[in-house]
Amino acid sequence: MKFKAKNKAGAEIPQASLPDIIFMLLMFFMVCTVFKEYQGLPIIPPAARSTEKIETKRNITYVWADRNNRISIDDKIITIKNISAIIGEKFAANRRLIVSMKIDKETKMGLVNDIQEQLRDAYALRISYATRFK
Amino acid sequence: MFTDKKKKKGESQIPTASLPDIVFLLLIFFLVTTTIDLDKGIDLTLPEKGGEVKVRSENISNVLINATGQILIDEEPVEVPSIREVVEDKIQARGFGADGKPILIVSIKTDRETDYNTYIEVLDQIKLAGATKISIAEPEGKR
Repeated sequence: MKFKAKNKAGAEIPQASLPDIIFMLLMFFMVCTVFKEYQGLPIIPPAARSTEKIETKRNITYVWADRNNRISIDDKIITIKNISAIIGEKFAANRRLIVSMKIDKETKMGLVNDIQEQLRDAYALRISYATRFK
Repeated sequence: MFTDKKKKKGESQIPTASLPDIVFLLLIFFLVTTTIDLDKGIDLTLPEKGGEVKVRSENISNVLINATGQILIDEEPVEVPSIREVVEDKIQARGFGADGKPILIVSIKTDRETDYNTYIEVLDQIKLAGATKISIAEPEGKR
């Protein structure tokens, strides 16, 4: 019985760690990825120079309000009175909730204030006005 | 040949030539799906309901914005670009507390018909001036 000539291509990369590497990559991206859940309303946010980045995307809930006084949370058009109930529920689930106010620049302050009053009712006091960099 | 190979028991190997392909595929998939656009905005903490605090009047600076976007700071008309300077001066005049933060409280009051854009412009200027205590008063006008 003849053996094959000694393995010429014997210098192989060890692949024992292949699954580990791939799983590590997978884990990393699974932790980082936050899938977009909704689209919101068409708005043009105002520009501001003191715009800051919000670090934690996980604690953010969006409240959309466009120039036609429509309000939307989680892609559902709602009335002002329902905001505190919806946000209250979210706040109960996550105490570090930040409400990002995605409001069109032509909206009137009356509506903005009504939304803020609803947020205060829900104890969601940390807010952020969504703005663009100037 | 087949039998020959079988003899090497500990050396049956998975082909690794496709490893980079697999990893790149995964990478590309997640690169496409990951949303990197960070949320940005102007942070603000709303006051709790019912907790009204009395403040000495000299520690407060009132900023009024009317429905047409005209601005008054402590009864004096101001244009948007000069708000920063005016507020900076007022903060300096009032001094800083033990925590290094300005004592001055800036109270913004708008009309219900004021544009949100004007409000953000004013808020931006006040933030740039370094004010940390900003209060938002109930807008004027009927619901």
